[in-house]
Amino acid sequence: MSSLAYAVSDSMTMLRRNLKHAQRYPAMSLSVVIMPVMMLLLFNYAFGGALGAGISGGPTGGGSYIDYVAPGIILMTATAGAVSTAVGVCVDMTEGIVNRFRTLSISRAAFLTGHVLGSVIQTLIAIALVIGVALAIGFRPDASAVEWLAAIGLLTLLALALTWLSAGIGLVSRTPESASNTPMPLTFLPFLGSAIVPTDSMPAGLRWFAEYQPFTPAIETLRGLLMGTGIGNSGYIAVAWCVGLTLVGYFWSRSAFGRTSKR
Amino acid sequence: MTAPTTAPILTAPPAISALGLRKSYGDKVVLDGIDLTIPEGSIFALLGPNGAGKTTTVQILSTLIAADGGQAQVAGRDLTREADGVRAAIGVTGQFAAVDNLLTAEENLLLMADLQHVPRAEGRRRAAELLRRFELTEAARKPVVTFSGGMRRKLDLAMTLVGDPRIIFLDEPTTGLDPRSRRTMWEIIRDLVVADGVTIFLTTQYLDEADQLADRIAVLDRGRLVAEGTADELKRLIPGGHIRLQFADLTELDAAARHFGAAARDPEELTLRIPSDGSIPTLRAVLDVLDDAAVRAESLTVHTPDLDDVFLTLTGHGTPDTTTEMAR
Repeated sequence: MSSLAYAVSDSMTMLRRNLKHAQRYPAMSLSVVIMPVMMLLLFNYAFGGALGAGISGGPTGGGSYIDYVAPGIILMTATAGAVSTAVGVCVDMTEGIVNRFRTLSISRAAFLTGHVLGSVIQTLIAIALVIGVALAIGFRPDASAVEWLAAIGLLTLLALALTWLSAGIGLVSRTPESASNTPMPLTFLPFLGSAIVPTDSMPAGLRWFAEYQPFTPAIETLRGLLMGTGIGNSGYIAVAWCVGLTLVGYFWSRSAFGRTSKR
Repeated sequence: MTAPTTAPILTAPPAISALGLRKSYGDKVVLDGIDLTIPEGSIFALLGPNGAGKTTTVQILSTLIAADGGQAQVAGRDLTREADGVRAAIGVTGQFAAVDNLLTAEENLLLMADLQHVPRAEGRRRAAELLRRFELTEAARKPVVTFSGGMRRKLDLAMTLVGDPRIIFLDEPTTGLDPRSRRTMWEIIRDLVVADGVTIFLTTQYLDEADQLADRIAVLDRGRLVAEGTADELKRLIPGGHIRLQFADLTELDAAARHFGAAARDPEELTLRIPSDGSIPTLRAVLDVLDDAAVRAESLTVHTPDLDDVFLTLTGHGTPDTTTEMAR
């Protein structure tokens, strides 16, 4: 086998290990689903009346608020998955097993690739569940099959970007606790974008931030694909952000992994 | 308490050789020029107290960290230029059990087999064999998180062996184990050399462990090797040894005592203690004197100082943690 084939097979071995962990200890994976589902219920039933009235006539075109907020919350599921990656990587790093992997003649990236792919798969499953709940409580997307595929592609790309960043956070965090806290701002960013309310309802400074941060174009693209609202150039910007963040996260993680272990 | 005295095979290339290895963390010098030559198929023990630099040495030789200076070859490959080649030849069992707690013992072994690209069927066979060899078959399907310290250490070593390494690094393999698990581990380590012909590099802070297992011992103190040799050679480095002669009765004892000026006579025990370095020439001289005088001794025993004495003499400070560990 060539070294590339080894790298792929090592990554798949690591992926199987991570999926086995997730299957055996589902608490972490469940928390990834529970948070967005709770928010979905909260924003639909508790805040939905007031928020929906406030933005009717806006981007939803007078539709129900669930149709506005569901794409935003579906996207936030990806950020929840990121936290679990950071914790998973950090826990591994504080145990002896990583040093064992380092003394094996295996691809250096395999350990991280396994973690990241495992997390992306779990995140996509969580996203599917959140979409299911959204549909059950009245979310009515009008997307075609192609638009659904594009939406899934975008979500996968976003999950990949966030997961590589989180892998880096997990590597530089000293304890699992800090690994779980550091990605917090990441989970908050969608709130400061157009996930819950349109950005033009925000004060000037915040609106400026909201329009230029990566989550807003991603949310606008997802909403456009699912609900048929205007996408404009958000699609390109979103993809560029995702690819850029993936590359940053990947190279950062690799260099952090290359440095001395914590023990 | 005698160490195995396998003569090093001088013709074979060494399994591990190092020249002037250095490492510091900031101002703290951890290794200050270490030279090593370890023949293939032998057990080498790096003996030293906590903080002497044992783990750092293992980490450098197993490619985990880079040395600041010096060079080393492991399995005939250069440590820095051919790190992957070194990794393919070695197995490492660190100080802290490097097992995946969330998997079962069997899954841990299969994970290692997959990562070392052992074909699936062969991997299963090796895993089953290792589980049997280390008496873990019954616990094979249980998550490792439920294992005792001794079981984890055995599994850890089994994981190291899956890839069939030629050189095995064991960093304090019995630290924290109960006496019984410790003895089991010793047997396993001895078996590895006998059955598989591997080379073992082990670190220990237990003097009796080095004495029990190692063909050669190097004493590491504050980043420097202060002595190297077989256990017996090390013991001979320092004074305090003696030859003890046992006699049948007082007449024989007194007859012998007249011929050994410096000897200590013990009429109660009917023994004579003659100061000696324990070497063969002195031993022969003692026997010659007895022969010439036609005195019959019932038995003769050679007492060399134990490694604890050696350590104290060589380093000028004791090993407070381990002095009670000595069997004698």
